[in-house]
Amino acid sequence: MFGWEFPPFNSGGLGTACLGLTRALSREGIDITFVLPKKLPHEASHVKIVYADLGGMRARIVNSSLSPYITCSRYGRAYRKDSIYGDDLFSEVSRYAQLGARIASEEQFDIIYAHDWLSFGAGIEAKRVSGKPLIAHIHATEFDRSGGTNVNQEVYDIERAGMEGADSVIAVSQRTKDLIVERYGIPPEKIQVVHNGIDAEDMPTESVSTSRLRSLKDAGYKIVLFLGRITLQKGPDYFVRTAKRVLQYEPNTLFILAGSGDMEHQMMELVAQEGIAGNVLFPGFLRDAERSEAYAIADLFVMPSVSEPFGIVPLESMRAGTPVLISKQSGVSEVVRHALKVDFWDTEDMADKIVSVLRNPALHETLREHGVREVLGITWSRAAEKIKDLIERIQRSFRPS
Amino acid sequence: MASVCIYLQIHQPYRVKQYRVFDIGNDPHYFNGAGEGKLNNEWVLRKVAEKSYLPTLRLLSRLLEKHPEFRFSVSVSGVALEQMASAAPEAILLLQKVVATGRVEVLSETYYHSLAFFYSRDEFERQIAMHRAAIKKIFNIKPRVFRNTELSYRNDLAQWAEDAGYDGILAEGWDAVLGWRSPNFVYRPKGTQHIRLLMKNYKLSDDIAFRFSSRDWAGWPLTADVFASWVSAHNGNAETINLFMDFETFGEHQWESTGIFNFLERLPGEILKNPDNDFKTPSEVIASYPIRDEVDVPHVLTWADTDRDLTAWVGNSMQRAAIEGVYALEKRVLASGDESLIASWRKLQTSDHFYYMCTKWFSDGDVHAYFSPYESPYDAFISYSNALSDLRIRLGGG
Repeated sequence: MFGWEFPPFNSGGLGTACLGLTRALSREGIDITFVLPKKLPHEASHVKIVYADLGGMRARIVNSSLSPYITCSRYGRAYRKDSIYGDDLFSEVSRYAQLGARIASEEQFDIIYAHDWLSFGAGIEAKRVSGKPLIAHIHATEFDRSGGTNVNQEVYDIERAGMEGADSVIAVSQRTKDLIVERYGIPPEKIQVVHNGIDAEDMPTESVSTSRLRSLKDAGYKIVLFLGRITLQKGPDYFVRTAKRVLQYEPNTLFILAGSGDMEHQMMELVAQEGIAGNVLFPGFLRDAERSEAYAIADLFVMPSVSEPFGIVPLESMRAGTPVLISKQSGVSEVVRHALKVDFWDTEDMADKIVSVLRNPALHETLREHGVREVLGITWSRAAEKIKDLIERIQRSFRPS
Repeated sequence: MASVCIYLQIHQPYRVKQYRVFDIGNDPHYFNGAGEGKLNNEWVLRKVAEKSYLPTLRLLSRLLEKHPEFRFSVSVSGVALEQMASAAPEAILLLQKVVATGRVEVLSETYYHSLAFFYSRDEFERQIAMHRAAIKKIFNIKPRVFRNTELSYRNDLAQWAEDAGYDGILAEGWDAVLGWRSPNFVYRPKGTQHIRLLMKNYKLSDDIAFRFSSRDWAGWPLTADVFASWVSAHNGNAETINLFMDFETFGEHQWESTGIFNFLERLPGEILKNPDNDFKTPSEVIASYPIRDEVDVPHVLTWADTDRDLTAWVGNSMQRAAIEGVYALEKRVLASGDESLIASWRKLQTSDHFYYMCTKWFSDGDVHAYFSPYESPYDAFISYSNALSDLRIRLGGG
């Protein structure tokens, strides 16, 4: 399996998904060799391979500068002078693909599994070398990441080649499946929808008390939380516009925009421009304990994503007992019923729903009570069972040529 | 001898339109949803009239002409009558026509199809008086039999109805209260002397109301002769077979394409083929059969779902906050003397609002079980609580 770094070293949902899935697949009795790109110290040889024990699963760490949310421009800034890596993102992707071929010739396996476009090249190469079937798991497409504008043709081509070359494609939601059929021309019968999940282990057990927030809360402030990358896809601008509208009705509300991303400064400017800087906090990227503290003090979690193939974060919030408001343009809205749902562009509807939750303890309580119960049924085991069935089907039908 | 006693409920609520927090204090109209949507009450009423009220009433009218022995009863909420009068007046004319035969009994209920009995006895009595006045005006009838919203019932309701002078009252024939007894006899409510209790035969009623079009059901497809044979099978061990259901069963819950109208058309003839069967209205049943036993219902009984209680209306925190919120305004609303404000307040008491906030079946992922014009119970609550906040502002104060 060509995967990505697990929490706590990840920077988003892809690492969380890799962890949840591999753990549940291991429980289903599937042995996984997990290939992990990781930027190793300079003295390490560029093909140095490190094995690590990762909970019953063998991990094979490969020296590469790829990370799941890297973009061409950021790659250029970070690595151009680093001689062992590719000159640009695409040459690094193809360098990683060559490593994929080499790994495939060294390892024993029955199925190749690749998560998202950066690893598709490696997956295809591994398939070419080994003749084994390939599953391409789509967590997000270029259309989601770009918010539908400025789709990068090279990325698109790699995604499409990966899905065409794969024996089966897994989509994290029906909406992602529909997009793949429509935009990439992949036949629907080749795509299986497997929704993400969340397990008890995914929840941080400890929480720190950020006393400043706690004291504001005690002073009667209500707290509305955004937690995700501050980037176009996640709709932070709709969150800020909604905040402005909510504050007209509920001035004692704090909006927390937690995360980092390319729109962070733009959002700070927007907040200042709208004159609501005193009510919007930017705590940066939150990890584990801070994250669970944020859930604990928030009255409502909001995910206004413009395009969200799935969106695991609301499930964390529901597990923590904090009600959620999610955009209808998210895969998670296909599996969650006890949530408030809005179109991401409808900031009026969003504001109405936020104010209602803040004003009506009964609404908060009913959402919380049902949400906590509902999320217990949305697990990685459920996802792993479907994937195991798929693997068995592929193995039955796969005849190496 | 077994008498078939039919009661059909006609009701349409004034659904609250999408009413946002920004509308509070700016828009005193809660029920004027526009467009071709399920929150446009006039549009809904016209649609239901075309699919159900008009064709069913025409059919029932023909059946009354064809079978002099055919009888049934209806209860029509005041809010349904109001909406019919403006959106489908022909339905009122047809109702008047069938009632004028003297073989269609009209029952008594709360004008606003509310659960007021459980929250305000005074308001409950006012709504019954309003309904009686409307029934008198439209049909020139004084109802003798009472049925409460959603067939909700308790010993003290029967005691109230007896004191109010009713001859009979209806309830669900639920096994938990009947025990080994069948619903097919006349009973006396505990704590009363004269009033009679008629209990719904839910098996036979639901065969028509719920299972009629269900292909998973062993009885599908149900024909009138088969149904009549099930009724006749009770002969010798039953005096009244009480078939209680929504009027909208015919054409709305069960679409015309299911064959429900053909079923209804043949039903009286098939029932009457057995000389031991006949049709009776609730008042006729009460006059014809003696009390066989006493029934004790200390806790609320309704005709809803598998719980047969009020949890579909007040089972979660939102529902309780909403209904308690509306009744908490009673004194101030009435003291205002503002007719339109009082009417809005009463329209907000209609039980359907609380039902739309029910999360019981919403959890099961069975969309069809969530019978509501809103996208979710939460959306239903939000519009309702915003409208109620506006009403509070109209009263003066927050």
